[in-house]
Amino acid sequence: MSAPVLDVRGVVKTFGDNVVLRGVDLAVGEHQVVALIGGSGSGKSTLLRCASLLEAVDDGQVLLDGEDITDPRIDADRVRRRMGVVFQAYNLFPHLSVLDNVTLAPTVVHGRSKADAREEAQALLARIGLADKADEFPDRLSGGQQQRVAIVRALAVPPRVLLLDEITSALDPELVGEVLAVVREVAAQGMTIVMATHEMGFARQVADTVAFLDGGVLLESGPPAQVLGDPVEARTRQFLARVIDAGRL
Amino acid sequence: MTPGVALGAPSELELFRRAWRRRRARRSTLVALLSTLLFAIVAYLVVTSAPGWPRVRTTFFSPTVAWNSLPEIGAGLWLNLQVLLVGGFLVMVVGLLAALTRSLRGPAFAPLRIVATAYVDLFRGIPLIIVLYLVGFGFPALGLQGMPTSPFVLGTVAIVLVYGAYVAEVFRAGIESVHPSQRAAARSLGLNHRQTMRIVVLPQALRTVTPALLNDFVALQKDVGLISVLGAVDAVRSAQILVGQSFNFTPYVVAGLLFVLLAIPSARLADAVSARARRRQQSGNLL
Ligand SMILES: Nc1ncnc2c1ncn2[C@@H]1O[C@H](COP(=O)(O)OP(=O)(O)O)[C@@H](O)[C@H]1O
Ligand SMILES: [Mg+2]
Repeated sequence: MSAPVLDVRGVVKTFGDNVVLRGVDLAVGEHQVVALIGGSGSGKSTLLRCASLLEAVDDGQVLLDGEDITDPRIDADRVRRRMGVVFQAYNLFPHLSVLDNVTLAPTVVHGRSKADAREEAQALLARIGLADKADEFPDRLSGGQQQRVAIVRALAVPPRVLLLDEITSALDPELVGEVLAVVREVAAQGMTIVMATHEMGFARQVADTVAFLDGGVLLESGPPAQVLGDPVEARTRQFLARVIDAGRL
Repeated sequence: MTPGVALGAPSELELFRRAWRRRRARRSTLVALLSTLLFAIVAYLVVTSAPGWPRVRTTFFSPTVAWNSLPEIGAGLWLNLQVLLVGGFLVMVVGLLAALTRSLRGPAFAPLRIVATAYVDLFRGIPLIIVLYLVGFGFPALGLQGMPTSPFVLGTVAIVLVYGAYVAEVFRAGIESVHPSQRAAARSLGLNHRQTMRIVVLPQALRTVTPALLNDFVALQKDVGLISVLGAVDAVRSAQILVGQSFNFTPYVVAGLLFVLLAIPSARLADAVSARARRRQQSGNLL
C-alpha cells in the first residue's frame, strides 16, 4: 500500500469521564473504501468527527497526506476544505436552494466563479438524477434525495477523502438503495472513502477493508470476507450475530 | 386531486352533508350577529344612562376639542415617527453587533465579549425613563463641546441604548436556536467562523426571530412617546400642552388613539408572521 491518505494513530477521545476512543489506529490508502462497523455508541461518529476536525482529539494524531492535522498550529479551516463529510441527518442548509447548497463551498471557500460552480453543480446533480430539483429548497425533497444532494455537496470541491457517517440510517428502507448507488459510483471512480455503516451487505460488496469498533477500540480489521465471514474476535461474532438477527445481513 | 382518477358527481350522502353544513353555517352567522347587536345596545344604554356620563363625554370625548387638536398632535406624531424609523434602524444595528460580539470565540476577543455582555445586562435592567433622564438631561449638563442638545437626538440615543440591549438578546437566542449540526456542516465544507455565521447561521436565526423582533417593534412604537419627558414637542407633549390650555382631556385620548392606529398594522403583521413561522415549523417536522 502506498502512503495512506488518512492515517489515524492512537487517537484518544473523552467526553468528561466517558472514554469514547481508547487509542484507535486506522490507515486508509488512496482509492480505498473502509467500512467502519460497530454497535451504537461504539464511537464511530466520534472517530469520524475527530478525523474531520469537528472534535479535538485528547491524544494521538490524525495525518492527512502525511501532514499532522491535529497539530494546533495548523489552520483547521484549510484542512477541512480537503475533506468531505456527509452526516446521518443530511444537514443541508434549509434556507438555500439545492443548487446554492452545492455551489456554496466552491464559490465562498475556493473562490470559483458563480457561473463555473453552477455549471459543475448542474452536471453533478444530473449524474444523480436530480437536475430538475436544482432550484427546489431541501424540505421539498425526500430524505433519499436530500442525502444524495448532501453527497454531491461534499464532492463539489473534490476532497482527498470522503467521510460518511451512517448516511442511510435516517432513511426509509426503500430509499436506502438510491443513496448507496451514488456511494457505489463515487467509490468506483476512485474516491477514498471511510464510511460508518450498518449496511453489511453493501460493506461486503464495496469496501476494501471492514474495521470493527467496539467500546472505543478497533478490535479487528481486514477484507470484508474475513471480518464479516470468519471473524477472529468473539465480540465481532456476537455483533454480527445480532445484526443477522435484525435481518441486516 | 390525483390526475387520471375521474370522480363522478358527489353521492346523495355527501350532498346531504354539504347542505346540512351550509344550513348550520348560516344559523351560526345569524346568532353571532344578533348577540353582538344585543350586547352593543345594552352596553350603550348602561354607559349613557350612568349618572356621570355627560361629564365624562365632554371631558374625554369632546368632538370639537378632538377636531381642533388634530393638527398639532398630528405634527407631533410626525416627530415620534421619525424617532421610530431612525431609532428602529439603529436598534437593529446595535442589537446585531452586540449579539455577534457575544458570539465571538477566542481569548483576544475576551474584552469585547465582556463589554457586550455588560452592556446587555445593564441596559436590559434599567427602566427606560431613567436612561432618558440620564442621557437627555445628564449629557447636556456636562457642557461638553459638540454635545448635541436636541431632545430628538438625545431621546433617540436613550431609546436605542435600551432597545438595542433587548434586541441583542433576541438575536442571541436566534443564533443559539440554529442547530449545531448546521454549523458542523458548514465548517466541514471549509467555511470559517465568519462565513458560517454570515451565510448559514444568521439567515436562519433571522427567520426564527422575526416575530419576536416585530413584537419589540410594536413596543417601541409606544415608547417613542416617552421622548416628551425631555421636552420634545411630540404627540404626547402637544396633547399635554392642549390639555393645559383647555382643561379638557380629549387631546390625550386623541394622541392615544393615534398611537393605537399606528400600532395595529405592525401588530397584525407580527401575528401573521408568527403564524406562518409556526406553520412552517410544524410542516417541517412532518418531513
Ligand atoms: N458531544 C458529545 N458529548 C458527550 N458525549 C458524547 C458526545 N458525542 C458522543 N458522545 C458519547 O460518545 C459515545 C460514542 O458515541 P458515537 O461516536 O456517536 O457512537 P456511534 O456513532 O458508534 O453510535 C457515546 O457514549 C456518546 O454518548
Ligand atoms: Mg453515530
